[in-house]
Amino acid sequence: MERIELANQKAVETMLAGDPVLVDVVTAGDVIPALTEAKLILHAGPPISWERMCGPMQGAVAGIAVFEGWATDLDDATKKAASGEFEFQPNHHHSAVGPMTGMTTRSQPVMVVLNRTSGNHAYCCINEGLGKVMRFGGNDASVLQRLAWLKDALAPLMSAAIKHSEGINLKNIVARGLTMGDEMHQRNVACSGLLLRELAPHMAAVSTDSKLLSEALRFMGSNDQFFLNVGMATGKAIMDPVRDIAHSTVVTAMSRNGTDFGIRVSGLGDQWFTAPVEMPEGLYFPGFSEADANPDMGDSTIVETIGLGGFAMGASPAVAGFVGAGAASDAAIFTKDMSEICCAENPEWSIPGMDYLGVPTGIDIRRVVDVGVAPTINTGIAHKKPGIGQVGAGVVRAPMRCFTDALRAFAVKEGVA
Amino acid sequence: MDKSPPHESSPESGPRALFEQSLDIISVGLEGFADELSSQQVQVTHLDWRPPAEGDPELADLLSKLGS
Repeated sequence: MERIELANQKAVETMLAGDPVLVDVVTAGDVIPALTEAKLILHAGPPISWERMCGPMQGAVAGIAVFEGWATDLDDATKKAASGEFEFQPNHHHSAVGPMTGMTTRSQPVMVVLNRTSGNHAYCCINEGLGKVMRFGGNDASVLQRLAWLKDALAPLMSAAIKHSEGINLKNIVARGLTMGDEMHQRNVACSGLLLRELAPHMAAVSTDSKLLSEALRFMGSNDQFFLNVGMATGKAIMDPVRDIAHSTVVTAMSRNGTDFGIRVSGLGDQWFTAPVEMPEGLYFPGFSEADANPDMGDSTIVETIGLGGFAMGASPAVAGFVGAGAASDAAIFTKDMSEICCAENPEWSIPGMDYLGVPTGIDIRRVVDVGVAPTINTGIAHKKPGIGQVGAGVVRAPMRCFTDALRAFAVKEGVA
Repeated sequence: MDKSPPHESSPESGPRALFEQSLDIISVGLEGFADELSSQQVQVTHLDWRPPAEGDPELADLLSKLGS
């Protein structure tokens, strides 16, 4: 159908024209007004009630409620959550994204990415580092203390430094990161270093506290995944202008809440198409196994939606081994498979080891259903019990049912079913 | 002028002749068929193909109507 092809062309052109720039770090409640109107907790994935949340998600909710002062302790927070005292909505409904559990609340700092082409903003919290962290359901005193440090110490310094820099061009960092072995989901070593290289001189220029500066640089420099959250906000800033293009079959969001996987499709507006989330297949840290694993979770699949992560596996042979996807030489196969379900390649984000093939761009639900190949996602694996953290990394496929249901709905809307 | 049908078998072009000359084979679909020929030193090109929508007729019909 020509109108679908033209709509998808517009969707891909909008994606490729996106110009994401890191412009600030602000308090979430200042840019997401709904957060201040109720005890609202934004979470990863499509909508979900407290009763259907997985263990790590419930653990994170309890922790963030204590952090916000809405509960005296974790038990009190759990009771209040179960009694309906808190409201839950997806990050995606508020121009935001969050990794794993994806907690976003009013007083947390969020990084701001501006898409200079479309003028829209996207938000994501600051990456907490590895180990026991809230995104994996961690909620003890050490987790809350780190969140407080991010809010009171790192965020103001980052904000001042970013403003001093007049913005960090993220498209360039991603392009260079791909040539340095990152795929921006499970490997962000290069991009984290490149971002730090951009920010460090400005942090030094604006800082009046050498101890804090040292702590901040050490925190950012020791976290290989620091860029992940920046990359996620980049993805959200690029994809939001692609929403609501009539007749387009391009996927605008993929996300999971640990219970359901959901996708949104441009020509179908903001409707979610959901299916039970899959279990990742991967490698586990010493002492852990599949029996410990929580099902797939997080808004981080926004990076696959823009052609990175599992779609850019060919750029990152090292990650293929890390996520248990096979030999390094197999990495390119994943990217080639994803090319079959996408409308185009991104000429600005290319993979040297694949003769400068551009990353697959614009997931077309028709192609997914036609060839029977679901999107590949590289992901961290959380322990199913709250508070333990990451236990491995792996590969997971988006459930095919999300795409077949979306295709049927799209056919009805187009008047052919 | 030769009035015989164009596909009528003749001793030179019939099925038997097919197996008496070297073959150029394209195997469509299951890779196992191509692997079997390769294991017998027969030159074969495998074409990775599967029915649309994994053979689901309802989805294949919708895909056809949506131009895929």
